Amino acid sequence: MKILAFAEQRNGQFKKTAFEIVKAAKTVADQLSGEVVAVVIGNNIAAIAGQLGGFGASKVVAVEDARLELYSTTAYSKIIADIAKLESAAIVMLPASEMGKDVAPRVAVKLDGGLAAGCTMLTVEGGTIKATRPVYAGKGLVEVVVTTATKVYTLRPNVFTAGSSNGQMASVENIKIELGDADFSAAVTEVKAASGKKDVAEADIIVSGGRGLKGPENFSMIEDLAGALGAAVGASRAVVDAGWRTHDEQVGQTGKTVSPSLYVAVAISGAVQHLAGMSSSKYIVAINKDKDAPIFSIADYGIVGDAFEVVPAITAEVKKLLGK
Amino acid sequence: MKIVVFVNHVPDTETKVKIGADGKLIDPTGVNFMLNPYDEIGVEEALKTKQQFGGEVVVVSLGGDPNKETLRKALAMGCDRAVLLKDPAVRDSYAVASSLADYAKEYGADIIFCGKQSIDYDDAQIGGLIAEMLGIPSVSVVVKLEIKESAIIAEREIEGGHEIVRSSLPAVITAQKGLNEPRYPSLKGIMDAKRKPIEEKVPSAVASRVEVGAMSKPAAKAQGKIVGSDASAAAELVRLLHEEAKVI
Ligand SMILES: Cc1cc2nc3c(=O)[nH]c(=O)nc-3n(C[C@H](O)[C@H](O)[C@H](O)COP(=O)(O)OP(=O)(O)OC[C@H]3O[C@@H](n4cnc5c(N)ncnc54)[C@H](O)[C@@H]3O)c2cc1C
Ligand SMILES: Nc1ncnc2c1ncn2[C@@H]1O[C@H](COP(=O)(O)O)[C@@H](O)[C@H]1O
Repeated sequence: MKILAFAEQRNGQFKKTAFEIVKAAKTVADQLSGEVVAVVIGNNIAAIAGQLGGFGASKVVAVEDARLELYSTTAYSKIIADIAKLESAAIVMLPASEMGKDVAPRVAVKLDGGLAAGCTMLTVEGGTIKATRPVYAGKGLVEVVVTTATKVYTLRPNVFTAGSSNGQMASVENIKIELGDADFSAAVTEVKAASGKKDVAEADIIVSGGRGLKGPENFSMIEDLAGALGAAVGASRAVVDAGWRTHDEQVGQTGKTVSPSLYVAVAISGAVQHLAGMSSSKYIVAINKDKDAPIFSIADYGIVGDAFEVVPAITAEVKKLLGK
Repeated sequence: MKIVVFVNHVPDTETKVKIGADGKLIDPTGVNFMLNPYDEIGVEEALKTKQQFGGEVVVVSLGGDPNKETLRKALAMGCDRAVLLKDPAVRDSYAVASSLADYAKEYGADIIFCGKQSIDYDDAQIGGLIAEMLGIPSVSVVVKLEIKESAIIAEREIEGGHEIVRSSLPAVITAQKGLNEPRYPSLKGIMDAKRKPIEEKVPSAVASRVEVGAMSKPAAKAQGKIVGSDASAAAELVRLLHEEAKVI
């Protein structure tokens, strides 16, 4: 029994989710007496491929082509499905990242399999994989079982822990997949990176600001604390709608769903739609001058006080601690 | 241009989840349903596409009679026709997508709009499923769209930036917030929508591929610790995060 783990890379570097997926696949494979084959797609990637061995891949299949430098929905889905067939993989696991969510449904159809999307837990009981996934923006959890012979899962980033590499290198097999123009009927031509900005969807620590900050200029306070913590800056919808911050920073039901290890909510009331996007964070800190703000109901630590005084003081303490 | 927009009828974002008698679905009593917020953006983009190229916008929803309310809202915004693929049974995404794809094929859609995800099950897979079933390209999480004669240039949101995607037509586009500002239905639109018929069709049954078991509520969080009420609490907070939570 083989599990195919899709290891996402961009610019020749693995995303953190690549290691999470391989490790999660390995945990499941061990319970089914199976093994993990990882697949990496891109250009000039053979050099990085072997390190997936350190997270549990017994082999890595690398598919390299200059035209695969940037993502293509159609080409990537064809390759992943072709490799799954070549390896007779019964299970395919991908990250629930923007790339993984885009490619997974197409892979599922090509393999005639069912897809469980956005899983936060996988357990094996009597040979059956049970996947837990949040529904209604995390207000409920359901357990799902994929009933087709081939099963596809996407796993929510930052939830499954990769741990550190055990140092083993996997053998890398380079495979050529024939690709014609039709396989690139949808393809990325350019990536516009938000200049060096950390994305909330990938960050391990997030500092978010809300309407209580009174104006966009006061977000410098949030940026300073985020800078000291090496965190990404997030925002509530109220401040995005007001045009203080851009939508890519919005956390919540109509923004991004995040699961960092630390989420700091500053001057955010904690409306259900905001909680929907961040309630699965491991630790939540709330700073709000209203002791009855709903954000305190899910916070692990709170300071009931004025953000304008409290936040700079926290930034100073963090700098002291981290020796900056 | 033949434009199709698929819309889902979902519980309002304020909904408090109460698990129903079967233990699997939410108890719908007292729950307000609405047009899925991302699908509203899809409807707007479909209407803008018609303004540019002419043709027809058909809005389609699969579900029971209550979905008609959502179809009416889309008609009030300006869609030409509405179709209810009537099936009150609970289906998985694959089964829903398969019936929607059948409709798009039969109609001969030139472009299909979906939302990037339904806010009930948060699957974000139907757009991609439909596209693959139809053998056409798709672009998901689109925040900017330019349609030319037989190709599209779309901008999609990814972690830490945007991707510019070139795709041929026909294609499936899934809408993300930022793509447009959905219009409010005009009074005339609302009146017209009341008169427009909603065509009902019975989709063929498709076997589910994912079995949904019991629904549960996430474990309630223990009461947090209020560390203090002013700047003097900062040092203690940072100490707790460092020594107790070990997150910094
Ligand atoms: C369909 C729909 C989807 C939505 N999706 C989202 C979503 O994805 N994400 C999202 O965030 N929201 C979403 N919302 C909006 C949500 O309902 C709230 O309106 C929004 O989250 C409020 O933002 P806020 O907490 O910044 O502002 P407010 O609710 O105005 O809260 C401001 C807070 O700041 C505090 N405050 C004021 N001054 C200070 C100070 N000096 N120091 C400390 N605290 C201070 C106040 O006590 C208050 O609690 C959605 C709503 C709808 C209807
Ligand atoms: N029952 C349905 N009827 C019509 N369209 C749907 C239905 N369910 C989902 N969709 C469409 O598919 C998109 C993605 O849904 P999902 O994959 O369920 O998150 C939605 O935003 C809708 O555009």
